[in-house]
Amino acid sequence: MNSPRRNWGDLFFKYTTMWFAAFVLLLVILMGYEMYLGSGLSLEKFGWDFLTNSTWDPVLEEYGALPFIYGTLVSSFLALVIALPLSLGIAIFLSEIAPEWLEKPLSFLIELLAGIPSIVYGLWGIFVLVPWIRTDVEPFLSEYFDFLPLFRGAPYGFGMLAAGCILSIMVLPIVASISRDVLKAVPQSQREASLALGATKWESIRIILKDAKSGIFGASLLGLGRAIGETMAVTMVIGNRPIISASLFDPGYTMASVLANEFTEATTSMYLSALIEIAFVLFIMTIIINALARLLIWSVTNK
Amino acid sequence: MERHEQMNEPIPYTPTFGFYVRKVKNALMLGLSFASALAALIPLLLIFFYTVSKGAGYLNLDFFFEMPKPVGEPGGGMANAIVGTLILIGTGSVIGLPIGISTGVYLAEFGNNKFANLVRFMTDVLSGVPSIVAGVVAYTLVVIPMKHFSALAGGVAMAILMIPTVTRTTEEMVRLVPDSFREAGLALGIPRWKTTIQIVLRTAFRGIITGVLLAIARIAGETAPLLFTALGNRFWSTEIDQPIASLTVFIYDYAKAPFEDWNNQAWTAALVLIFLISTLSLAVRYVTRSRFSNR
Amino acid sequence: MTTPPKADTSTVIPMTEHAIKKMTAKNVNAFFGKLQALHDINMDISANRVQAIIGPSGCGKSTFLRCLNRMHEVAGGLMTGSILLDGYDIYKTDAVLIRKRIGMVFQKPNPFPTMSIFDNVAVGLRLNGLASKKEIPNIVEHSLKQAALWDEVKDNLDKSGVSLSGGQQQRLCIARTLAVNPEVILMDEPASALDPIATAKIEELIYELKKEYTIVIVTHNMQQAARVSDTTAFFYLGKLIEFGETKTIFTSPVKKQTEDYITGRFG
Repeated sequence: MNSPRRNWGDLFFKYTTMWFAAFVLLLVILMGYEMYLGSGLSLEKFGWDFLTNSTWDPVLEEYGALPFIYGTLVSSFLALVIALPLSLGIAIFLSEIAPEWLEKPLSFLIELLAGIPSIVYGLWGIFVLVPWIRTDVEPFLSEYFDFLPLFRGAPYGFGMLAAGCILSIMVLPIVASISRDVLKAVPQSQREASLALGATKWESIRIILKDAKSGIFGASLLGLGRAIGETMAVTMVIGNRPIISASLFDPGYTMASVLANEFTEATTSMYLSALIEIAFVLFIMTIIINALARLLIWSVTNK
Repeated sequence: MERHEQMNEPIPYTPTFGFYVRKVKNALMLGLSFASALAALIPLLLIFFYTVSKGAGYLNLDFFFEMPKPVGEPGGGMANAIVGTLILIGTGSVIGLPIGISTGVYLAEFGNNKFANLVRFMTDVLSGVPSIVAGVVAYTLVVIPMKHFSALAGGVAMAILMIPTVTRTTEEMVRLVPDSFREAGLALGIPRWKTTIQIVLRTAFRGIITGVLLAIARIAGETAPLLFTALGNRFWSTEIDQPIASLTVFIYDYAKAPFEDWNNQAWTAALVLIFLISTLSLAVRYVTRSRFSNR
Repeated sequence: MTTPPKADTSTVIPMTEHAIKKMTAKNVNAFFGKLQALHDINMDISANRVQAIIGPSGCGKSTFLRCLNRMHEVAGGLMTGSILLDGYDIYKTDAVLIRKRIGMVFQKPNPFPTMSIFDNVAVGLRLNGLASKKEIPNIVEHSLKQAALWDEVKDNLDKSGVSLSGGQQQRLCIARTLAVNPEVILMDEPASALDPIATAKIEELIYELKKEYTIVIVTHNMQQAARVSDTTAFFYLGKLIEFGETKTIFTSPVKKQTEDYITGRFG
């Protein structure tokens, strides 16, 4: 016995909110579509070669995105290589070792790192990190490790190494806090089982880590996803030169950075189209990595 | 047969070398773990220390109320940048909050179907999109049709970045409202939609506010999407259809510049930005804490 | 409230002459923070016997069991008094060494999900360096046979530890504990999560195992205690109320509380 008036109000509410929700759905699709459209000229002219060509020359109107893809991937992986062991150590400490009165404030402090805006990281990068790398780190590395092609070349300071370092700090809180949550989700009975067999605390942690392996991998992927999209901090320290070099001392260029630097300089439609295509590639990459990451993490914390 | 009890003696046992190795490894790894936790704090401390020490020096009232001086002239302030950031936050909120909150309400109240799960997935996808990509989208959607940069374009980019946070928090907070509240409203004869708005949302209000504050804290610190949407403006402007200055782009321009005076101002602006974001985060903590102590 | 009894006034019916004291608890008090879980426990555990500990929930029997292999401190608990193994204080020795000699089987089977059946049994051996690579398969087979699980899994040793049924998993956990060759096996309600058939298998196993090991079993199932154990201790509210030969405890208990519990008047 519903009065017609009541039904109308409820329906209106439901459908209004539903359309807003649909809008979000459409927004994501629209974003992809707009970028696909915008890259039309470039897609047509270069096709798949766009991704493998390493020449980026706006003057000659030749656009290849390889230097940026390379720069993005190398800086991000370098960031993970530095951040992952540290994050694991932190996660283990927070989940398995620290008493509760220490764990909460420490977790809070580490999450503060995540709240610092990218631009402030960049500012600190230019005036504090890069000079330190130029005067201390790179000379040290080139003196003792220059048998590796990674550490050859002049110590500019600005370059891939600085980008990797600053990205690792930015990625650390995510990887650490999710890994911590994943570890905490492992039931206590697992720890008791190994300790009761005469394992040391570290040995029982090692067994727990095996349990949490896929979740930790997921946390790293999330960190990777964040790193490849980072713009300001990287742009300010990476040197912004579209070259591909084995040495970490050399400058580089990431997809996000070229967008930040050259979008307003794009004078021709081809130039603009090429840039939009880079944005599109970046978009697709982050979607895939984030989806994979969430799948992994969800599967571990929802056993 | 009585056994003589040596109550204070440990068991006579000669540990093997392997045992000592395990013990040392244990201490070492646990120690490393502790060390990495401390190591993580080092950059935090360094950044805060540098920002405060380099930025505090230039902090004075002029900074907040004056306009930037022409290139080469010392002094000046960032009044237009502060106002610009506020306008961008406002524009972004006007666009993004209704969308985010409504979507969150839909997901919480009606969200047990495939469509809702798809929306949730898309919200997650959206939250992973790099902010610069949001800027590119705002460029194609707003700047190209308008044929020039504008605060509106910047606001659209900000809105895109706000929506996921607001949606997720709103859904969580509305879900937390116990069903008994909804049933009570319905039992009193109040139509469902009124129950949701007046009872459920009112109860979840504080939680939703935290989502809003978190989203604002995030976009206040964004720079990349603004670089080719709102662009920046050395002059005073509050027009929505004109380029507008912002605190973050200000920091970027002044940090890159070859003038030491400007570099210093960049630090000060960074200090102000961090202060703004910290205040928002503290506000979030305050709101959530008193919420729990009331129950 | 009557004054708490002095130590050693719990009625102890003397053991037969052949019983050797394997473990002893002296004046044991256990705490979780400010909460006192055990009050002045004094008890002897005889070698090659099955000792049951019974009592209503919350009476401290699991806490006491965990004190015996120093698992109590893992949960953040504190203990005063002393616990002796062969006359030596286990709290003065390294915990890692103790837990090798005093094994534990838990209420809910907890095999390691990321390891195969073989690796589950071998993990204690590998960690403690107790056997060379060549010896491990023999020890694994022997332990699985002792746990009456060998025939059921011998062709599937590399399947995951959690692919077995509940009862099999628990026997796997027992095999895992046996592999490190402990002297004492502590069992915390080992069959409470299992069906009757699996429970019967476990009880059979306990009867066999006591020939080689000393067993202490906590159980809330009195019939099980009566079936399986040689001696029984009754705990109530953190105190040891009565302790003696199982037959006697169940047929003619001395304390009224014991009698009330056994006849089902509470708990």
